[in-house]
Amino acid sequence: MAMSHTSKNRLCNLPTGTVVTGKWHGRSYRLLRRLGSGANGVVYLAESGRTRVAVKLSDDYASLASEMNILRRFSKVQGAALGPSLLEADDWQSPFARETIPFYVMEYIEGENFASFIRRRGKEWAPVLVVQLLSVLERLHQEGWVFGDLKPDNLIITGPPPSVRLLDVGGTTMQGRAVKEFTELYDRGYWGLGSRKAEPSYDLFAAAMVMISSCCPGPIEKKGDGRAQLLAIIEADRFLAQYKDVLQKALDGRYQKAADMRRDLLAASSRQTSTKNERKAAPGRRSRRQAKRRGKARGIVETVVIAAALLGAYGLYIYWQLAM
Amino acid sequence: MRTGTLRQILLITDGCSNHGEDPAAMAALAREQGITVNVIGVLDKDAMDESGRREIEAIAAAGGGMSQVVYAKQLSQTVQMVTRQAMTQTLQGLVNRELKQILGSDVSLEDLPPDKRGQVMEVVDELGETVALDVLILIDTSGSMKTKLPTVKEALVDLSLSLNARMGENRFSVFIFPGKRAHAEKMIDWTPRIEELTAVFPKLASGGLTPTGPALREAIAYFDRKRSLRSWISGGDEPYIEESSL
Repeated sequence: MAMSHTSKNRLCNLPTGTVVTGKWHGRSYRLLRRLGSGANGVVYLAESGRTRVAVKLSDDYASLASEMNILRRFSKVQGAALGPSLLEADDWQSPFARETIPFYVMEYIEGENFASFIRRRGKEWAPVLVVQLLSVLERLHQEGWVFGDLKPDNLIITGPPPSVRLLDVGGTTMQGRAVKEFTELYDRGYWGLGSRKAEPSYDLFAAAMVMISSCCPGPIEKKGDGRAQLLAIIEADRFLAQYKDVLQKALDGRYQKAADMRRDLLAASSRQTSTKNERKAAPGRRSRRQAKRRGKARGIVETVVIAAALLGAYGLYIYWQLAM
Repeated sequence: MRTGTLRQILLITDGCSNHGEDPAAMAALAREQGITVNVIGVLDKDAMDESGRREIEAIAAAGGGMSQVVYAKQLSQTVQMVTRQAMTQTLQGLVNRELKQILGSDVSLEDLPPDKRGQVMEVVDELGETVALDVLILIDTSGSMKTKLPTVKEALVDLSLSLNARMGENRFSVFIFPGKRAHAEKMIDWTPRIEELTAVFPKLASGGLTPTGPALREAIAYFDRKRSLRSWISGGDEPYIEESSL
């Protein structure tokens, strides 16, 4: 691959405290711990003075430069940040390698991994977070981009209040081109449900898969007819089945806009909560009605007994009068 | 910068050649003619023996391409990644050469300040999206590769899915070796749609021979033949991107 095995290993295992100094701008960053590693680089948490930042190192100049281009474009987008903001780009003359290693510095986004958040807080958060994600995607699509490599690992939950942010823009592609980077499970091409052309519906397929995989324990692997298999997974899960219409439409690529899918997902979510309330309310009302009915029956019995007693007493009184 | 056609040979094999010329020499020959050779080694469960791995790396190095050894399961992802990255690498080499011509000195991507690099990469990305690409896929069908062929087929369909999402044109051609009559046997002629592959992979010749070198030689010859045929018809040479001649 672009990154040879040995040099990647070396970059992955830099000891805590390693100081990375840029040869162009001269700023230094002290590495604290590894945050993650991807196909084309390694990201470390680092500090520069008192600020905490994320530093991405790679020996692949080309893909690193492409990523920086995207981060730079994103920072120009008005409103909330689409990805982490780019702070600096430089090269490191490393003592561990003969050649210089390019790196860039970005904002450190502190938060929890998407999958572990759902596991900890419950499935009901999945549609909430996906609704949030769809607003971010809508803005991204309006700018002419497609995120591409959309998966739980590339989402981070910050907060409180919990909110979704995108990480790792390596797959982000201009609309109309071929998606640069993807992960099989979240790729509609792998499932035989569409092309790898960067268009909004590509991301919306992945968004549906994020929801499916986060609600469904155990690994998912394609076997035979992909579409039938995914629909079976949705129907087998009681929670997911409530969102079947939205998910199926996204998997089939029938949403052209993230905003449309967001609207339907929101509608489905509120429908869920209201039916749940109804179901809870219904037995209550029934029991009250039953109680009332039972009360009425008891009333009748009481009346009859009292009437019988009065009649009996009157009968005795008449008898005594006659006997006297 | 003129936009021509990138030419690649993608060799999918699982081990050592044992017949004919040294495949690395044939790969070097391909490189001289502007054809990049990428090699993917397919493993079963147990590790590939060291000499097989060395041969795979040597062929790719001599052919100016990339090599990767993977388990059959990860084949799809790898095939498309190797092909795309080899494309980027070739185009980058090309842009580097252009840079040297413009700037006159030994300037390459790495020597530019990081901010300027981005601008160069934008050109490379743009080219990678629009350039035409010819990939000749050369599949080892000898011995133990037999059980892996369904996975190979899947990986190739996946490759065409990835490449056909680009704006540039693609053409694929599939050869297997050893062939019945020649060392390499043509399965599919140049076509933009690799899905036709589902029909191929007929009864495969079994036998101990793995003529990787001769098969590569015949693959190179096929590129040339196509070229000369086309120049006969169109009366002119199509521009090819030849890294070695730039």
